[in-house]
Amino acid sequence: MTSITGHSEADAGPSGDMAATGRVGDRVFSALATGSGVFVVSLIGLVAAFLLAQAVPSLMDNKASFLTSREWQVSAGDLRFGIADLLWVTVISSVIAMAIAVPIAIGVALFLTQYAPRRLARPFASLIDLLAAVPSIVYGIWGYFVLRDFVQPVQTFVESALGWFPLFAPLTVSGTIFLASIVLAIMILPIITAISREVFDQTPAAHKEAALALGATRWEMVRTAVLPFGKPGVISASMLGLGRALGETIAVTLLLSVTRGTFSWSAFAGGETFASRIANGSAEFDTPLKTGAYIAAGLVLFVLTFAVNAVARIVIERRKAFSE
Amino acid sequence: MSTVTSSTEPAAAPPVGAGLSGLSRGRSVTNSVMTVVVYGAFLLALVPLAWILWTVLSRGYSLLLDQNWWLTSQRGITPRRVGGGAYHAILGTLVQAAVCALIAVPIAVFTAIYLVEYGRGKLARAVSFMVDILTGIPSIVAALFIYAVWVTTFGLQRVGFAVSLALVMLMIPVVVRSTEEMLKLVPNELREASYALGVPKWKTIARIVIPTALSGIITGVLLGLARVMGETAPLLILGPYSASINTSLVDGPMAALPTMIKDNFGQALQPATDRLWASALTLILLVLLLNGAGRVVARFSAVR
Repeated sequence: MTSITGHSEADAGPSGDMAATGRVGDRVFSALATGSGVFVVSLIGLVAAFLLAQAVPSLMDNKASFLTSREWQVSAGDLRFGIADLLWVTVISSVIAMAIAVPIAIGVALFLTQYAPRRLARPFASLIDLLAAVPSIVYGIWGYFVLRDFVQPVQTFVESALGWFPLFAPLTVSGTIFLASIVLAIMILPIITAISREVFDQTPAAHKEAALALGATRWEMVRTAVLPFGKPGVISASMLGLGRALGETIAVTLLLSVTRGTFSWSAFAGGETFASRIANGSAEFDTPLKTGAYIAAGLVLFVLTFAVNAVARIVIERRKAFSE
Repeated sequence: MSTVTSSTEPAAAPPVGAGLSGLSRGRSVTNSVMTVVVYGAFLLALVPLAWILWTVLSRGYSLLLDQNWWLTSQRGITPRRVGGGAYHAILGTLVQAAVCALIAVPIAVFTAIYLVEYGRGKLARAVSFMVDILTGIPSIVAALFIYAVWVTTFGLQRVGFAVSLALVMLMIPVVVRSTEEMLKLVPNELREASYALGVPKWKTIARIVIPTALSGIITGVLLGLARVMGETAPLLILGPYSASINTSLVDGPMAALPTMIKDNFGQALQPATDRLWASALTLILLVLLLNGAGRVVARFSAVR
């Protein structure tokens, strides 16, 4: 703890923080605050360290190639597991979800900031926020019991029209990646909308008025002033949405049919994402080696979401640097 | 709509080719089409919300009208049988969330205080960055981490407290961000006035800054609670379901609403399906209640 307080005092000194008097209360308070900050930082480090430490023994024992194998044999003595199919299903389901959610979210955010009557914009916005409040397991059961029957005809149509393309190859699976993607799209829509709305709202009034004064229609004003200004924010929002979609667990677990042993590039196949493989396996966490295999999958998911979130953060930081 | 026409008409005269008749046809068509698209996007986004709420409400409400739903557990009730309640699961969800808040809120509030009042330089940037990363951490990864610590390293059982610990990781970033926003809104004049009277910094924060921002902090806590209550992944890894009432966080499996839904999901029989929707509705009501409370607190006592 001494090093922590030492750090904060060293930090506070040069910035001319004269309010801290150095009395006991001040030192305790500053230590608590700094300690909490350090705790949060170290938490991420601890997550990485613990997951790595428990994944490594299983990875060492792994007879198959972790990155390129599609096997998942963890119950018997010899471990053979790989994440190739998990990576594909995780990425493709999230990318399709993005492709559906981002345009709609931009539309909703534009509606809430530029089109909706001022008085109604707030209640409308909280309506969209309600989508974020619905627990993911409810999305899962709704998708399974209700939405699936409505998605089926769409799938049949796409399969018959574009079935020659590997991504749309027809298969007879009930819980498809496509269905999971639609549900994921609904789940990430409020996240992308909320952040896009915030940046669209910050468009300088002068830009918008200038566009209108030059004779732009409302759409032209949006296209020339609002969208360019908000672009980094929308990219960042989409990345955050992507991060959420990559790690979504229970809805995907309930929706996707587990089809071990078969693999297809089609969006109409079943499969498992990192998260759903872990969730499906959670009942058989008994020996450390077996658990380690699942933890290794979790570690990859952690790295993936870390990278996506870090990129999102950097994009929005750069925007701040430019606009100030 | 009147603002658009009034602002475009005077400017429509000069452009070449447009003539004096106003907008060219193509431009006005594009404008109308895009207006329809934008309105359509909003309406489209409302469809799943209404659809989900209606589905859960219409399929789940009947069991909730029976008072046994709120007072009894599922002990001894097979999927084939009608009856029983969700008391055990509601209790588990509330207790786990409350313990989670008890741990998460102090850490989160102090982290926010650090970021706003103390943080300078590299460490503050690192904290802010890590809070963002924590926001995006998948709940299943948080659960695996707690599993790696709690079960594998310390050899403890999968119990309610472990679930609470996983939820803490998910709640901290929500509360940090909302508290930080609120602390930033507290006018600097208040702090300076307090310093001018010779009040030490910690007392200024504890007596002036926090009370001024309190409603915002409470909103953040309520929204954070609403988020963690609906989390299922930590329960799958750390909190096995039990059909009986268990009030202990450190002994034996403890039910929660999401795992009750999951448990009934696996059964194809009608009584179980009814309980599935009823427990989903209970969970949604709980979450929406907290959400609504958070918004009401925010609306009626904003920092001015």
